Amino acid sequence: MDELKLYTYIAVFGSFALYFAIAWWARAASTSDFYVASGHVGPVQNGMAIAADWMSAASFISMAGLIAFLGYGGSVFLMGWTGGYVLLATLLAPYMRKHGKFTVPEFIADRFMSRTARIVAVICLIIASLTYIIGQMKGVGVAFSRFLEVDYGLGLGIGMIVVWFYAVLGGMKGITYTQIAQYCVLIFAYTVPAIFISLQLTGNPIPQLGLGSTLADGSGTYLLDKLDQVVTDLGFAQYTTASMDNRLDMFAYTLSLMIGTAGLPHVIMRFFTVPSVKAARSSAGYALIFIALLYTVAPAVGAMARLNLSHTIEPEPGQHIEYEQRPQWFKDWEVTGLLEFEDKNNDGKIQYHADENINELVTVDRDIMVLANPAIANLPNWVIALVAAGGLAAALSTAAGLLLAISSSVSHDLMKGLFFTNLSEKRELLAGRITMTLSILLAGYLGLNPPGFAAGTVALAFGLAASSIFPALMMGIFSKTISGKAAVAGMCAGIGVTLLYVFQHKGIMFIPSTRFLGAMPENWFFGISPNAFGAVGAIVNFTVAIIVTALGSKAPEKAKLMVDNMRLPGRSKQQVSGH
Amino acid sequence: MNQQVKEQQGLNETQELANELYWRANLRLIGICLSIWFLVSFGCGILWVEPLNEIRLGGYKLGFWFAQQGSIYTFVILIFYYTRQMNKLDKMFAVKE
Repeated sequence: MDELKLYTYIAVFGSFALYFAIAWWARAASTSDFYVASGHVGPVQNGMAIAADWMSAASFISMAGLIAFLGYGGSVFLMGWTGGYVLLATLLAPYMRKHGKFTVPEFIADRFMSRTARIVAVICLIIASLTYIIGQMKGVGVAFSRFLEVDYGLGLGIGMIVVWFYAVLGGMKGITYTQIAQYCVLIFAYTVPAIFISLQLTGNPIPQLGLGSTLADGSGTYLLDKLDQVVTDLGFAQYTTASMDNRLDMFAYTLSLMIGTAGLPHVIMRFFTVPSVKAARSSAGYALIFIALLYTVAPAVGAMARLNLSHTIEPEPGQHIEYEQRPQWFKDWEVTGLLEFEDKNNDGKIQYHADENINELVTVDRDIMVLANPAIANLPNWVIALVAAGGLAAALSTAAGLLLAISSSVSHDLMKGLFFTNLSEKRELLAGRITMTLSILLAGYLGLNPPGFAAGTVALAFGLAASSIFPALMMGIFSKTISGKAAVAGMCAGIGVTLLYVFQHKGIMFIPSTRFLGAMPENWFFGISPNAFGAVGAIVNFTVAIIVTALGSKAPEKAKLMVDNMRLPGRSKQQVSGH
Repeated sequence: MNQQVKEQQGLNETQELANELYWRANLRLIGICLSIWFLVSFGCGILWVEPLNEIRLGGYKLGFWFAQQGSIYTFVILIFYYTRQMNKLDKMFAVKE
């Protein structure tokens, strides 16, 4: 046990030391400006950095756990969080890069020639990013509570402090090399345990193939068939066909995540700094390769974790393990309160079943699955330690990126761009830091009572981005007639409808006691869950904007010329100096 | 109108036409990519998952495979296909950066 602790400290502090060292080294190499520096970085490295920025606690810690318990239904996360890159590469990134601005609200203000549009875009961006950070906080809290063996609440508090330091040390996020290192730590930590477990279970070292192979126990049964049988024996729905509530909901959920991906400001921002339009297209491709590496392993991690968990609790059908003989990882997670056992029939054994009346594993937080997975599979301690470091790298890099997106939009777009145009650089920076601190406090508070599992909460953020920012950007590029008024009306309607729907089912600002229609699926509009409602919000956004335009609000001639210019790679007027 | 102005006008019109053709070719390419994008994910992964699940790919049911593996591989290929075709188009229309 002490050995594990030692390894965990070495892995976590070692990886942090590495990031800081690289940040310091890269800073010395390019003192003046990191925008210029990123101009020298090839699309492969840039893609790696985007992947690190993009893959958060939701991807690393939470997603495979959700898939483990949702089975086929969990596919929405896999398709949704990768499919968005096709939209980015074809519909947004090249044109926005050509236009050459550094923040999303700036682009919207230019194209729609409207201050109001800029303010609305900033507000939408803040709401979406803040919701996203709540999800990260949950992930950080889970990781720290396990790592330091404390209660979840305390783990969250420590996480908040670490995120604060990390984000305020700020600039380092912009340095591509640090993110490349973070990607390497993250992907190594994710795939190594997966390879071990795949080898153990199927004899095939490649998890993507292992998932489709036969078990290594000599039975000749396929792993997925075995899993289907095990979970149905326990009364759960069949793993490979278990659907989310209904077909329409799955459809909307996937769509919402995809267009949300293309609409999240911290991802789009990455494409503003690539050296050319051509590089904008290929960077999206390389980023997706690096993301796909984790995303195609995740379903194997999920399925194998579920199988191992069931096996540990019930080694043979009908033979449950004694609570007193529970493995060490079980005890460790009990400390965090995220895994709970209640001996309902007083037989001293652990029964795990779909039926709530006889199920004795009363709490199994899905977010613990990836972190607990290597221990459940009895992997060596250094592998378990590695996963902790990887999870923290994922959560911290994304949280810092989002906090920077929020603070830059408040200090740069809102304060300097609109209200105090003569704000000094020092004051702008201070405003940014204050915004960051407030965001962490708010996100931490809401993270104590998160509206769902980390990946579920993050899904809400995507819905909000999908319903507001994506449609505005797309119409700005693909239509020459949509005016500022139309875009403002569309964004307000889209995010308004989505927020209303989410709040009425999940509570205002996700505080459960304030919900006014009940969270129950019976009250859902056409059976669409709040997490998936962003797709409907986006349709509302498009429709409202088109109606307002049809009513006679036309974009000025200058906007048309701007759109023409955007669509043609040509010589771009990228101002490298930035702001 | 003197000769020079006329020529300039002609050139502008040709350029505009070329730009229009370039944009249309781009739109067609986007159309192809997004159709495939839709077919593999929403089609094979969600809408037709049950009939596809009748077919097996090793231990995978095919519909399940599309939803958790196949669609992701296709997305990667799609972006690189789009990038390559656009580079060709850029060359053809001589748009340079």
